[in-house]
Amino acid sequence: MSIAWYLVVSALIFCIGAGGVLVRRNPLVILLCLELMLNAANLALIAFSRMHGNDDGQIFALIVMVVAACEVTVGLGLIVAIFRRRLPIDVDQLRELQG
Amino acid sequence: MSAIVFFIAAIGAIAGAIGVVALRNPFYSVLALVGHLLSLAALFLLLRAEFVAAAQVVVYAGAVMVLYLFVVSYIGGGSLQQLTPGGAQLRGVAAAAVLALFAELAIAILGSGLQAVDSDGAPYVTGFGTPAQIGEALLTKFLFPFEVASLLLLVAAVGAVVLARRRAGTTLDDAERDAAHYITPRSLFSGTMAEAVGTVRTPEETVEAQR
Repeated sequence: MSIAWYLVVSALIFCIGAGGVLVRRNPLVILLCLELMLNAANLALIAFSRMHGNDDGQIFALIVMVVAACEVTVGLGLIVAIFRRRLPIDVDQLRELQG
Repeated sequence: MSAIVFFIAAIGAIAGAIGVVALRNPFYSVLALVGHLLSLAALFLLLRAEFVAAAQVVVYAGAVMVLYLFVVSYIGGGSLQQLTPGGAQLRGVAAAAVLALFAELAIAILGSGLQAVDSDGAPYVTGFGTPAQIGEALLTKFLFPFEVASLLLLVAAVGAVVLARRRAGTTLDDAERDAAHYITPRSLFSGTMAEAVGTVRTPEETVEAQR
């Protein structure tokens, strides 16, 4: 399969993830959609790494996975803190940053 | 053969992605993301990225998704309120924005000046993408990013613990609390956070406060 096919799949997944971030209101699902977008970027990185026959792109993808894991832990910590305060788990209603 | 595997994996990945966005229950969204990640790992294997595919399955589909499942089951589904009238219009705007984004990306791919994009990629060299080669690159050429990544993970772990720890007086329905509200294995007045905030007082302090 030519590299362009992988890039098209990557673009589709990225757009689905972006749509999810825009449409969904549960912060948990928004985090999942962010994961989708990061994975789409990973697929593009690895496709280009294959295209050039150079594995630097794969290292980049690994680092992106590390950053995604960090983002998940902090994001889930925030959601747990929101839940502890009995606030609604809905991004439309969470409008204030004050504690 | 590789074309068949590619189409199965690609359809699986896209179906998983749609499932994440479309399913109402966050629990099923997480399961759809697991399917998506496994399909994506198959695509990585087709692209000769063995190590990244293995890391994807073990770290992502394994560990990170278990973390998600814990939080989803801790929080529960929760009933969301109805969409406000403006919300339906915003949904249309979101669809238009996503379509525009996809059109832009498609133009970028189709109109790309890169000639190799239409090829199967560079000729395969033995050892490309194996753990040995990735490990060597990480510990020589990319040592600094590797170390910074470990520091980032440490900071994120500490940050998550600080964010999610139990704090006294942080719930909105805080009535005046007495010591009996706190179910704690520690004996009272032994330096808990509730005492530090001042919601629990020793008898002596109560007498002091009343004076």
